[in-house]
Amino acid sequence: MIEVRNVSKRYGRHQALDNISFKVKKGDILGFLGPNGAGKSTTMNIITGYISCDSGEVLIDGKNILDEPKEAKSRIGYLPEIPPLYNEMTVRKYLEFMFRLKRIKLPMDEHISKICTDLSIDDVGERIINHLSKGYRQRIGLAQALLGDPPVLILDEPSVGLDPAQIIEMRNLIRKLGENHTVILSSHVLTEIQAVCDNIVMINNGKIAAAGSIDHLMGTGRDTTIVRIIIEGREQGIMSALKGIDGIIRVTSLGETERGCYEFRIESKKDIRRAVSRAVARTDYAIMLMQPAGQSLEDIYLEIISGNNN
Amino acid sequence: MYAIFRRELGSYFTSPVGYVVAAAFMIFNGVFFYVQCLYNGTSSMSTVFQSMFFILLFLIPLITMRLFAEDKHNRTDQALLTSPVSIGAIVCAKFLSALVLLVICLSAYIIDGIILSFVGSPDWGVIIGNILAMALMGSSFIAIGIFISSLTESVIIAAVLSFAVNVLISMVDTIASTIPWDWMKGIVSSLSFQSKYNSFSLGIISFADIIFFLSAAALFLFLTDRMIDRRRWA
Repeated sequence: MIEVRNVSKRYGRHQALDNISFKVKKGDILGFLGPNGAGKSTTMNIITGYISCDSGEVLIDGKNILDEPKEAKSRIGYLPEIPPLYNEMTVRKYLEFMFRLKRIKLPMDEHISKICTDLSIDDVGERIINHLSKGYRQRIGLAQALLGDPPVLILDEPSVGLDPAQIIEMRNLIRKLGENHTVILSSHVLTEIQAVCDNIVMINNGKIAAAGSIDHLMGTGRDTTIVRIIIEGREQGIMSALKGIDGIIRVTSLGETERGCYEFRIESKKDIRRAVSRAVARTDYAIMLMQPAGQSLEDIYLEIISGNNN
Repeated sequence: MYAIFRRELGSYFTSPVGYVVAAAFMIFNGVFFYVQCLYNGTSSMSTVFQSMFFILLFLIPLITMRLFAEDKHNRTDQALLTSPVSIGAIVCAKFLSALVLLVICLSAYIIDGIILSFVGSPDWGVIIGNILAMALMGSSFIAIGIFISSLTESVIIAAVLSFAVNVLISMVDTIASTIPWDWMKGIVSSLSFQSKYNSFSLGIISFADIIFFLSAAALFLFLTDRMIDRRRWA
């Protein structure tokens, strides 16, 4: 449904995107992750035709965004990082304007009312956008993206400014939209990506650092297991004891957590919790806490991004 | 395109801009009309039209300053440029909305003519010709203002630059008179908006002058289209 092929973009001397390629299948929700300045918004702006790429191409449902812009753009609903709102208009007038701008052939009043109800903004329809809270503005931005029921939705940080209840509503909505739309979702909230997305693309320094399904990235596709452990004792002594265990790849000290207790991150090829227990039992040290780590998307993200930077 | 035209025209009247421009135009027109026609007891409005030329130089930047600069500043250009509408259509829609506001202002001349008809015999041919001339010249200034608005995301900078360019345009005859080479003087003089407009105000309608104003408008609208497209590639 969405195909990004060898796309590069340079701003002056800064290489914003460096030959990135990925595909999103029809009905998939793709999470787009990366630190600030990694190239996420640039990629989204290129996919939607807001800016052009220096090389490569973007196909939306087989339509090239540069060669057939009208056909490609009519298939996309886009919520940019800053919602494109005309502050002096009322919500209803703004959505009517966007409806006409997108040349939608559905019955206007009925369609807009349905979207307003779905996004719980029907109570502010006659209010001036400038007078509304950030949460409302974000939802109005999403409402304009949903106008015309486009098959592709590109959502850049859709949960920004929403309160916790609204964030949950937004997640449920995106999940529901994913049933019959192809969605690219950019977010800094990793739990949101984890809760909503089928696949992930991690981007860093303009390059794709990792891509695949969440399951693949978080476990089945990984060669290592990670254990977080807090041990009471001398830091150097504990390090020596841990490094002697068979199968350990790397031990990283994360510093003192409480008086006399040190936290370590242990990477190994297999589950080494029993071996660690035995090794510590042979010393005077005591295990205060031991738990499998690296199971959260946050750890994977930090590992990939920091590894990529190194 | 119609959706953008409608929104832009509406936005003039949901903000003070449309009212300020229309009020300023009508106040100056009223003063010039009273002093130069009613007070002096003449039904010729030529001097009113010539005086209003300079007022337009200052009012048109107020009409055009926000057309693209504000969209860029508020990021609403993302809504326009990611919609299935061509850049050319966006530019034309904004241009037409500004032109309609100008034509609404120019309708004040009809009121002048009606008032004159009570005390004299106005030359309706000249009045209609001048409305047409001002609309033509105004479309050139609007196109220039739109182009300048597409260069920046600051509404203030767009307005000040447009003022400066318009003043420079009004000085073309003065600049031409200082040029010692006749061939260059001829070229610079041929770019004078004022001399062409003055011919219109005297009732002399030249096809070449009409083409001049239309060409200037088309050139700057084309440059605006290219500028916005170029920014997408930058």
